[in-house]
Amino acid sequence: MSTSINWFKFASPASFFPLAGRLAPWFAIAAAVLAAIGLWLGLVVAPTDAQQGDAYRIIFIHVPAAWMSMFLYVVMAFWCAISLGFNARLAAMLAQALAPTGALFTAIALWTGALWGKPTWGTYWAWDARMTSELILLFLYFGYIALRNAIDDPRRADRASSVLALVGAVNVPIIYFSVKWWNTLHQGSSVSLSSAPKMAMIMLTGMLVMTFAAWFYSIAVVLVRARAIILDRERGAPWIAGTAR
Amino acid sequence: MTNVSDFLAMGGYGFYVWGSYLVTALLLAVEIVAVRQRLAASRKAAAEAGRAR
Repeated sequence: MSTSINWFKFASPASFFPLAGRLAPWFAIAAAVLAAIGLWLGLVVAPTDAQQGDAYRIIFIHVPAAWMSMFLYVVMAFWCAISLGFNARLAAMLAQALAPTGALFTAIALWTGALWGKPTWGTYWAWDARMTSELILLFLYFGYIALRNAIDDPRRADRASSVLALVGAVNVPIIYFSVKWWNTLHQGSSVSLSSAPKMAMIMLTGMLVMTFAAWFYSIAVVLVRARAIILDRERGAPWIAGTAR
Repeated sequence: MTNVSDFLAMGGYGFYVWGSYLVTALLLAVEIVAVRQRLAASRKAAAEAGRAR
């Protein structure tokens, strides 16, 4: 007699749909609380930077958004690989649900980067490796979404867009390592796993709290979008009639 | 930071700092509203499809 949880149960859209509905509000609440703490740390508690003045406060949004833009792409590409390899419906639906939020964080990273660049470097934009590869990331998200929308049959759309997402995944390490590989206007990383952070503890804390807020926000929004996608794609399934209300 | 106008001025970088924070807040708000509307629309369509059967 086995009492272990059958994790494959949640690979079925019929089981995932109510689970996502129960979890999403909690992630949304966690995101709101963390964002409030992060904003307070970043805008009120953290002192003015000696070199950059208050312009540096943009990094409390810019860095988490840039991390999320890459992280969400990796997660999306992962689900695309699962969808291709195991022909898993739910994996493809999750990838589909991740793309708009990934594109949104990429746009935020580019926008806040431009507004940080102007007072700090004297220019909103430069065609350096970091910024150009981040712009390519935005176009990869758009391309993935556009390709999906262009194909009527969802299963064919899953396969074609998954191949695109996986090929485009090569861009993520290029973004991440661009500041090391090329001589870029964009500075090197202030935070890395291999060395002590080159910033004050309070600034680092604020940035990490905002990063967790962005994570939980993304999870909440993606779960809700995944539910809509499940309803749209499983409309003919018998279980839908009981849960849709 | 002593008062509200100092806080809003952000040491002369107010345009850049608030331009970043407000646009981000706006974009996230738009996504939240859009995704909720999308779920509501999908629920409605699924319910109608269920009745039609």
